[in-house]
Amino acid sequence: MSTTAATESTAPLPMYHAAGSIKRERRWALIGAYVALAVFVIFFMFPPFHMLITSLKSSAEIADLNGNPWIVSAPTLQNYRELLTEGNYVIHFRNSIIVTLTVVAITMVISTLAAFALARMRFWGSAALATGVFLTYLVPETLLFIPLFQIIGGLGLYNNLGAMILIYPTLTVPFCTWIMIGYFSSIPKELDEAALIDGANHLQMLWKIFIPVALPGILAATIFAFTVSWAQFLYPMAFLVSSDQMVLTVGIVSDLIRGDTFQWGKIMAGALMAAAPPLLVYAFLMDYYIAGLTAGATKG
Amino acid sequence: MADGNLVMQGGSARPQGGTLARLARKRSTLAFLMTVPLLAVIGGLVAYPFFYALYLSMLNKRMTRFIGLENYTFLLSRETFQSVIWQSVLFAVGAVIAKALIGFILAHVLHELPSKGQRKWRGMLLVPWVIPPAVSTLAWWWLFDPSYSAINWAVATIGIPPVAWLGEPSWARFSVILVNVWYGAPFFMIMYLAALKSVPDQLYEAAAIDGATGWQKLRHVTVPMMRNIISITVLFSLIVTFANFDIVRILTNGGPQDKTHIFGTYAFQVGIQSGDLPLGASVSLFMFPILAIFAVFVLRGVTRRSKEMAG
Repeated sequence: MSTTAATESTAPLPMYHAAGSIKRERRWALIGAYVALAVFVIFFMFPPFHMLITSLKSSAEIADLNGNPWIVSAPTLQNYRELLTEGNYVIHFRNSIIVTLTVVAITMVISTLAAFALARMRFWGSAALATGVFLTYLVPETLLFIPLFQIIGGLGLYNNLGAMILIYPTLTVPFCTWIMIGYFSSIPKELDEAALIDGANHLQMLWKIFIPVALPGILAATIFAFTVSWAQFLYPMAFLVSSDQMVLTVGIVSDLIRGDTFQWGKIMAGALMAAAPPLLVYAFLMDYYIAGLTAGATKG
Repeated sequence: MADGNLVMQGGSARPQGGTLARLARKRSTLAFLMTVPLLAVIGGLVAYPFFYALYLSMLNKRMTRFIGLENYTFLLSRETFQSVIWQSVLFAVGAVIAKALIGFILAHVLHELPSKGQRKWRGMLLVPWVIPPAVSTLAWWWLFDPSYSAINWAVATIGIPPVAWLGEPSWARFSVILVNVWYGAPFFMIMYLAALKSVPDQLYEAAAIDGATGWQKLRHVTVPMMRNIISITVLFSLIVTFANFDIVRILTNGGPQDKTHIFGTYAFQVGIQSGDLPLGASVSLFMFPILAIFAVFVLRGVTRRSKEMAG
């Protein structure tokens, strides 16, 4: 270190070259980085871009094989207008909102209570339960949808939106509980003591201290629950058959494809609007969004 | 600390009176009550269905007779199912390798950037992972359309003949993997980026003083420091990719000639569409052993990591 500094000041010429080459190397690395980024941004963004372009085209323009599929010559909002005024798209959107909001609320109540108990109030089997919660999170829905089909049928909930509200928490609760155990555990124990000295009981402690202090974690968990509920596809696909009960993920396909007729303009408009809520949440709450979906491996 | 709480509440570690009121005051009782809803969800809607699936898979198609392991042996003897096993492995391994490589490269590239621009680029690169896959796959489906494929249109401008993306078995297999990589690579990128940021700069400085080349730094500093995150992410993604449903279901629905079916979509076709629930349950359950093994390793990695972070 000191020798480098010394040579640099006393004999600048040879070191100058070295420094210059490092700088040049660094510049090339940076250029390489930007080229790689550009390539991947194009790869990642062209499907949504093409979605947008198609959604702005009339059926005639889409069907014209001589046109350029990547540009729109006569942009129109016809597809959006038709989706929002005719057919069941609005019902699907409403159903998605109902299911998602209800599931998020249920999830947050269940996981906040459980995470607080598991993080702070040790009881018989609590450590095993915490591990069990994490393992449950790793159970994919493709493993359980067939027995659940029977169970939902037995409960008389087949083809009923309510079944989604009953089942989605299996996908959201374990992970939300798990990450909130992590957030709650990181709150210093001194705060508990202070609260107990002030005469607070455990529920007051949860409400007045843990929830406000762990708010970023709670927000991340909420976003996770929202994303998972909004995007769920297999359960509605398996358990819902009539259009008025469907949510967006299955409704678009089932209503806009009739036999061999694909209304691509409308499908893309519908898909884009269905992608909008998670994209908006992401745009405004990026850091919480990322925390919510990656915390499983980084928090413990 | 724990004793202090107990004293303050007037409770005792050993229940003496055993009255209901005393029990209800006890901390552990309250804690248990708070976890009851969680236990109900896990027990009633995860554990119970799982055991019910085991039972279901040993019934005949009309669910009137117990037939033991016949569904399993029947599946194994069928050529379609053998191809499902093979395709599931190819799909999961192929997609995860590609996602891990792309994620690793992108994380490094992002890490190189000055922090001001990093956020903007990162924001754009995460978009595929934010759009619900059931929705974004519709866009891919349209891009792969046999007569209107915008990708074919684009490659035709440089003289490449049109490709039957979803019509020809090996191209269809490639396409479903491609879409899965498109959707999942950003997740790897963000996990690796977080791990990269947690590698202390001093290690690189020390390596630089020792005259390490860029490759040596990567090989001897970065990779060992990230090993745990890499293995957690890869194993986690193997589970999720192996059990995928949305992409294959929308893009090919298993075709052409059942060549792109994976466990999830095949179970759906057999169990729900053809109405043979027991056979469908057996198809799903074939996934279980491999998922269980991966899950145990993920858990081990996560526990180790939380210990590291605590210590």
